Amino acid sequence: MEQLVSLDTLVPLQKGYLRSLEGGRGLLSRLASLGFTPGAPIEVVQNRGRGPLIVLVRECRIALGRGEARKIWVQVERNGHGPATE
Amino acid sequence: MDRPRSSPLEELVVREAFPAAEPLPAGPACPTPNPLDLLCGCEARSGGACPRREGAVVVALAGQPNVGKSTVFNLLTGLSQHVGNWPGKTVEQKSGTFCHDGLAMQIVDLPGTYSLTANSPEEQVARDYIIREHPDVVVVVVDAAILERSLYLLAEIMHLSVPVILGLNMVDVARQQGLRVDTHVLEAALGIPVVPMTASRNRGVHELVDKIAAVVRGEITLAPRRPEIREDHRTVLAELLELAGPYLPPPYPPGWVALKMLEGDREITRLVRAQLPAAVWGQVEAILHAHEDAVLAVAGGRYDWIERMVRAAVARPRAGRVTLTERLDRIATHPLGGLLVLAGALGLVFWLTYTIGVPLQEWLDRVVVQGLAAAVSGLLAGAPAWVVGLVVDGVIGGAGTMLTFAPILVIFFAAMSFLEDVGYMARAAYSMDRFMHQMGLHGKSFMPLFLGFGCNVPAVMGARIVDEPRARLLTILLAPLVPCTARMAVVAVLAPIFFGPYAMWVSWGLVLFSLLMLAVLGAILNRALFKGERAAFIMEMPLYHLPNWRTIGLGVGQRLLSFLRKAGTVILAVSVVVWALSTLPHGQVETSILAAVGRGLAPVGALLGFDWRMMVALLTSFIAKENAVATLGVLYGTGAEGLAAVLTGQVTLASGLAFMVVTMLFVPCVATLAAMRQETGSWKWPLLGVAMQLLLSFGIGALAYQLVRLLTGT
Repeated sequence: MEQLVSLDTLVPLQKGYLRSLEGGRGLLSRLASLGFTPGAPIEVVQNRGRGPLIVLVRECRIALGRGEARKIWVQVERNGHGPATE
Repeated sequence: MDRPRSSPLEELVVREAFPAAEPLPAGPACPTPNPLDLLCGCEARSGGACPRREGAVVVALAGQPNVGKSTVFNLLTGLSQHVGNWPGKTVEQKSGTFCHDGLAMQIVDLPGTYSLTANSPEEQVARDYIIREHPDVVVVVVDAAILERSLYLLAEIMHLSVPVILGLNMVDVARQQGLRVDTHVLEAALGIPVVPMTASRNRGVHELVDKIAAVVRGEITLAPRRPEIREDHRTVLAELLELAGPYLPPPYPPGWVALKMLEGDREITRLVRAQLPAAVWGQVEAILHAHEDAVLAVAGGRYDWIERMVRAAVARPRAGRVTLTERLDRIATHPLGGLLVLAGALGLVFWLTYTIGVPLQEWLDRVVVQGLAAAVSGLLAGAPAWVVGLVVDGVIGGAGTMLTFAPILVIFFAAMSFLEDVGYMARAAYSMDRFMHQMGLHGKSFMPLFLGFGCNVPAVMGARIVDEPRARLLTILLAPLVPCTARMAVVAVLAPIFFGPYAMWVSWGLVLFSLLMLAVLGAILNRALFKGERAAFIMEMPLYHLPNWRTIGLGVGQRLLSFLRKAGTVILAVSVVVWALSTLPHGQVETSILAAVGRGLAPVGALLGFDWRMMVALLTSFIAKENAVATLGVLYGTGAEGLAAVLTGQVTLASGLAFMVVTMLFVPCVATLAAMRQETGSWKWPLLGVAMQLLLSFGIGALAYQLVRLLTGT
């Protein structure tokens, strides 16, 4: 059940919970201060397969480089895939 | 250790009643009792390291970016603002004064930061100020619409032993989203005063000031509840405190220092290392090494604390409302739509520049500068020729001409401030990220580079918003390749002379070519200097909101003022020096030192089809790019008006094109160079920039010259 995928593989409107982060302390600390900590709810707003993503973390919109998104591991929420904004 | 204190661990985790602040003596009498009066009777503080004004209460404003902190600051201080730099840093320092009920306050605007870990100079400035200068009150401004995330900074500041007040801003935006925050519940949970505000409509600021005064006078006792680290790392933290605590110098709170070490804060770790005996440091280092991921536990602990604090105070909206921001972003961040919106916005700025800014600049140049020059010449009729030359050609012709570009800059600054204020700039950066990527930059560098179209000086200074040092440096080095209005002015004069009806196409070609060169050079520099590593791209996309004209106006005013200050000092000084070189020793350009240099460089010029006059024109364009045309006018003995006829006769098409190419790519002007020196803190990078552009401009210029000759068979 505990299946983790990297953030860059999520499609828009897919939701999940952040489980772990990779990277040096500088990157971790920047991400953490913006709300990316284990346990944080996360939703992908925009992901077009290339270029930066837009995600919703703790209700804030954050643009994130694809390289950074690859280092963020999330557990996808079941039934989280669907038009949640309707 | 001469400082009495409770056990360090206790200090960190125990709910500690805050010692009531000492009651302050009444400050200097204020003539205006109205707290929101713009021009308070107190005189503005002078620059430097924010020394305490005698008797004034020092209030620091802290907050994350985009929470409306500067709106609060502007409301409080209005025109009493003083803008400078933090000592030794290229971080803007703003402070101002304000009077309330006989209490003089000095308001210090700390840089907007997400946290207090020294990831950037801004964060370092903010925390050093709170720890070392110990303001009487810290007001933490948060955005009620994104309460949890913006309380993160509060969670950090709560660890520092200063009285804190929470300014809960943007309650109107939160309400629109159906989010309701119960201030009293939040106040009870945090143990500090909470003031609901909508600063953009001037609501709540009055109450905030009342609360500040009450805290300063000791009428409110604070009992802040401090965050704790997550359970799994509590023992480690205690061990660190035990080891390092006894050696830590004031004013650093030991509990906070231990936390920052666990978070991997380089500066604090270095500081501790310097204080600790080697054996103890060894133990500390081993602990830190074993817990490299502790930063997440510390940050997680803060967010756990935040969740507990807001749980009872916040009524959540029903999920699934499509907000205005979401709707606008569907277009503004669309791969194609985003570029079209951006192109539209930029097109509008250029249109304004060429329909209003450029005519106004030309008018100022004709009426004010030349009028002033004529008037001064008349006035100095009896004075020695060199005095007239110094004042008219050196001062008025150099620095004065620079000032005529102010209208163009106002348009650029206003557009930037507007787009920034409504929240669009982050979207522009997002859309441009794909392209900036190729140069090792990311989207944020786009904003300062765009300013470069107006003038390269603000572009270099604007690079401050790029948070990664390498990307910031690269942005500064590339900014001078953006064709500024002064260079466009030279091309606008020369292109019709050589290309007649095709002038516009040639101009556009030159602009695009410059940008192409910028991209190529960026890619090369990124690989050569930074091994192709790319800065991490993490950027908040703030909610869109209506423009706040006051914030925009003050922003334009401050940017313009700092440009004018530069024009009045550096540019003035260098203008005079170069004027001297162009007139000494015999009082004529033709026989001057500069002309001698130009003649000496003639062999180089020959490769591009330049005669010595064109070389000298390039040299004088170093003061200000638009000088090139005026110098050509002087040297060909025509004045700028008759230039067309003479140039077409004496200069070939190939040389003419080469000259325009070199003008576009030539070394940064003096003002830009001075800005580069100031922003990078040394001459190393500006000089590298000069060398690079010298090579580039002459190389490409020679290529263009030879190519055109080949094609036209001359």
